[in-house]
Amino acid sequence: MSAVLYDVPGPRAKARNRIANVVVILLVLAAVGWVVYRLNASGQFESRRWIQFQYTSIQQQLLDGLLNTLKAAGLATVFALILGAVLAAARISDHKWVRVPATLVIELFRAIPLLILMFFFYYGNLQWQLGIGPFWDVVFGLTLYNGSVLAEIFRAGIAAVPKGQREASYALGLRKNQVVRLVLLPQAISAMLPAIVSQLVVLLKDTALGFIITYGELLYVAKQMGGRLQYGFPYIPTYMVVAVIYIGLCSLLSLLARYLEGRSRRRRKITGAPPPLPITDAGDATREIGLS
Amino acid sequence: MLSVLTDNWKLFVDGFWTTIRLFLVAGVFSLVLGTALAGFRVSPVPALRGFGTGYVNILRNTPLTLVFAFLVFGAPKMQIELPSYFWSAVTALTIYTSAFICEVVRSGINTVAPGQSEAARAVGMTFLQVLRIVVLPQAFRAIVPPLTSVLIALLKNTTIAAGFSVAEAGAIPAVMAERGENQVLTLVWITIGFLIAIIPLVLLQRWAERRTAVA
Repeated sequence: MSAVLYDVPGPRAKARNRIANVVVILLVLAAVGWVVYRLNASGQFESRRWIQFQYTSIQQQLLDGLLNTLKAAGLATVFALILGAVLAAARISDHKWVRVPATLVIELFRAIPLLILMFFFYYGNLQWQLGIGPFWDVVFGLTLYNGSVLAEIFRAGIAAVPKGQREASYALGLRKNQVVRLVLLPQAISAMLPAIVSQLVVLLKDTALGFIITYGELLYVAKQMGGRLQYGFPYIPTYMVVAVIYIGLCSLLSLLARYLEGRSRRRRKITGAPPPLPITDAGDATREIGLS
Repeated sequence: MLSVLTDNWKLFVDGFWTTIRLFLVAGVFSLVLGTALAGFRVSPVPALRGFGTGYVNILRNTPLTLVFAFLVFGAPKMQIELPSYFWSAVTALTIYTSAFICEVVRSGINTVAPGQSEAARAVGMTFLQVLRIVVLPQAFRAIVPPLTSVLIALLKNTTIAAGFSVAEAGAIPAVMAERGENQVLTLVWITIGFLIAIIPLVLLQRWAERRTAVA
């Protein structure tokens, strides 16, 4: 679409673009070069700062951190999907006394900063000795926030199913429970799958908040490894390693979301199923940032 | 319950004032940088497009907490010193948020009818003029609702600065713990504070949604 904003380049524009291209590449290279120079000048490439990654015990620590991250993310995903389904069901209820509280709960948990949600469990535990560790603080916080967001995604998916389907199902004599369970939900879930997966990227990224409430996830491990004097405080090397892991994991999930979106778009052309929430459009960007 | 707030009034006011400052400064910077990135991503220069795409893809898949950690713990080791923790936080929030703003602005550019830019080109405008005079003003009108969502997220994200030595609202609980105050009540007041701060943004969003719905 960007071709709409400028004409197909003629000979002069082509030359100009080539020059601009070279200038930009040089600028980027200069910036990268400056960063590499700073890294080198401050001794970040010295082998003593990298040597620790050769030790199996250090690798084991990183692996444990990654495992803790995945454990919290995995459990929170399951809980959030369940909570989201329950809240969405309550949100579309015919009874006002169910619908209104559910709406309030969803809006409230979407408005509270996730870190503050985790603090509620963390400090609540300190105050009343609830016996829940940082792991559960992280999981519960992630569940409440992402469950509320997922509830809205589910609801949007159900609302996107063409009205005629609902009417036809009622005409066949199905009850509301059956209409939602047998007709609306299967279509809503497949239409919303890309949006759900990109929300899971957010959830995975947000586990990094556990670092602040002393949960031993990847970033927490990295902070400790970076602070080791005998390796010359290798903060930068450790964060580089950790960044590669995080970006790799999240990119894989993002790719999955993109693939699912492409698939449902192709299928919609054939079957006329409801449109998925646009993933590359504003909706996706806002949902994804909502997390951390 | 009220005494928790009134006894520590100054702490709460200072904390939220820092939160608001973080939000405003990082918000303005992110809007500028995010719009520039969106311009990169639709520009005729392939290298700029590649840079924009790479930036957005990397930053959207990085936890904000990691960006903070890099700037606060990592950068000093490279002898890159930011003036204060506050400015480190502003930088981290800006780097992260602008990737999301870029995507919102780009989707806004997509909503502008192609005829608009074709007409602008027909009267001889250059790419930058088309973007600045014709396309972006219309794009921004369409994206106020999603843009507000990003800004709400930014406001909430400022709390992460608490983990990195910035005394904003998210850092209040730690101080209150030292003073031996009731932690959970403290958090309730912080929640109320955030709800109050978010309401104007939500109203703006609703108003913009109604306006664009009619138009």
